[in-house]
Amino acid sequence: MSLTADDVKKIAHLARLGIEQQDVASYAKDLSGMLDLMTQMGDLDTNGVEPMAHPMDQVQRLRADIVTEQDNREKFQAIAPQVEAGLYLVPKVIE
Amino acid sequence: MHNKTIAELAKGLRSGEFSSVELTSAFLNRIKQHSSLNAYITVTEDLALQEAKAADVRLAKGDAELLTGIPVAQKDIFCTEGVRTTCGSLMLDNFIAPYNATVVDKFNNAGAVMLGKLNMDEFAMGSSNETSYYGAVKNPWDTNTVPGGSSGGSAAAVAARLAVCATGTDTGGSIRQPAALCGITGLKPTYGRVSRYGMIAYASSLDQGGPMTRSAEDAAIMLQTMAGFDQKDSTSVDVPVPDYMSELNNSLEGLKIGLPKEFFGEGLNSDVAATLEAAIDEYRKLGATVTEISMPTLKLAIPAYYVIAPAECSANLSRFDGVRFGYRCENPVDLTDLYTRSRGEGFGKEVKRRILMGTYALSAGYYDAYYIKAQKIRRLISEDFKTALSEVDVIMGPVTPSTAFGIGEKIGNPIEMYLSDIYTIAINLAGLPAMSVPAGLATGLPVGLQIIGNYFSEDKLLNIAHQYQQVTDWHQQAPKGFE
Repeated sequence: MSLTADDVKKIAHLARLGIEQQDVASYAKDLSGMLDLMTQMGDLDTNGVEPMAHPMDQVQRLRADIVTEQDNREKFQAIAPQVEAGLYLVPKVIE
Repeated sequence: MHNKTIAELAKGLRSGEFSSVELTSAFLNRIKQHSSLNAYITVTEDLALQEAKAADVRLAKGDAELLTGIPVAQKDIFCTEGVRTTCGSLMLDNFIAPYNATVVDKFNNAGAVMLGKLNMDEFAMGSSNETSYYGAVKNPWDTNTVPGGSSGGSAAAVAARLAVCATGTDTGGSIRQPAALCGITGLKPTYGRVSRYGMIAYASSLDQGGPMTRSAEDAAIMLQTMAGFDQKDSTSVDVPVPDYMSELNNSLEGLKIGLPKEFFGEGLNSDVAATLEAAIDEYRKLGATVTEISMPTLKLAIPAYYVIAPAECSANLSRFDGVRFGYRCENPVDLTDLYTRSRGEGFGKEVKRRILMGTYALSAGYYDAYYIKAQKIRRLISEDFKTALSEVDVIMGPVTPSTAFGIGEKIGNPIEMYLSDIYTIAINLAGLPAMSVPAGLATGLPVGLQIIGNYFSEDKLLNIAHQYQQVTDWHQQAPKGFE
């Protein structure tokens, strides 16, 4: 199976990932190579097999609904690219 | 001083032969002397000396632990409060972690001294340490070759005696493969044994932290500190931590070793195969019996891994968006531009390749064909291991198909690079513990023997490795110029 340059651009858009125009062809080639590798999975019959998400098939633990985290807003915002009055700033979204 | 084991150093610190400040200074000097290896991203000299002073006070008071005052280094994937934590990426070049990983807290509580943060493949994606934003790490055994990856800085630092021991993380072989290529001892614990809290996530269902040391005994000491249940990690497993040191000296008489024929076929370098044969003969002399086993699903581990790991990576790395922390592009025109360019400029090529692959595998219409199919194969691989480990005590095999390859040799061909993880990846899919133990040299470069055990059998693996290290000295050999 092979991916085209347009497929790569579409996937990059889904991932909100900027890629250079000159790299699109090499990504298409590499991803196609990976997909070829994955076609081998078709050799194995997996009908009726339960997908495995955790090696010990552990499920999510539950805990009492009590506050365990402290307010660390200032600490976390100290490393943010742009903040003002306790808010994270991004370019204007609504005109 | 730099060739001593943790136990020997602990003794020296207690007898007053040297102080932690002296020991730490000696390692800081070695790090400077050998900075051309590029093993460290950040050296925390002032902090290290401060911690060493505190350790000396604790030692004088007599309430020290085995690791108190011992200089260790952290893979730069573990968050360290107040210290830059880059994960080998421009994306986090300016990231000062606001909290400690649980593993880092545990070393701090034990009184260990942190020398600095070690180089690694960007976001732990790579098998050669060449994808790091901070440049390739050189293998001290031959500086034209790679140390392996992704914990390449950890392996090179321990092999070159630039730290007594180091942490690593292993998603598809990232502790074992560099340990093998640099001739050190590396242990990937059972999934859930070591907390992942504060360990920057790549593929959450596979990632596991572990010790990288010169000997199995040192690995036992390190794991004792690292292991344990953690409320803060939702996949941590609540199983008691045994005393790893107390099992080291058990006899191997009657140990049943299985060798999967799929591990010794085509693709394995003949010099590596011969070295492993000799190592397995040592185990026969120690009283073990060896049988051939077969694990037919092993060959599907690579395709399944390169669906599951990129899928989880694409989800995990979506948090790097230029809004709350990390890299932000200049003058974004709108929010989409902010996301797209910050991510496009902040991530390197291999990371982008895996985000694209994972995004595709999880996209509408392909999820069942790729992700679910891979998770089903994962179960079949894990059942293959279960069957094998009901017949034998441990499985042995190679860690890598060859010894260290040249810097620049494989980086242009990602698929070929992926195939170099062929012997390690299946173990992560199954969640089992496995070690790489120095087993000799082939054409002057180290070869690692892989030992795979059942869930939570780290004590047994360490015992098996330690017994081998009592009758061989491969683990004590230093690369030329680093003795």
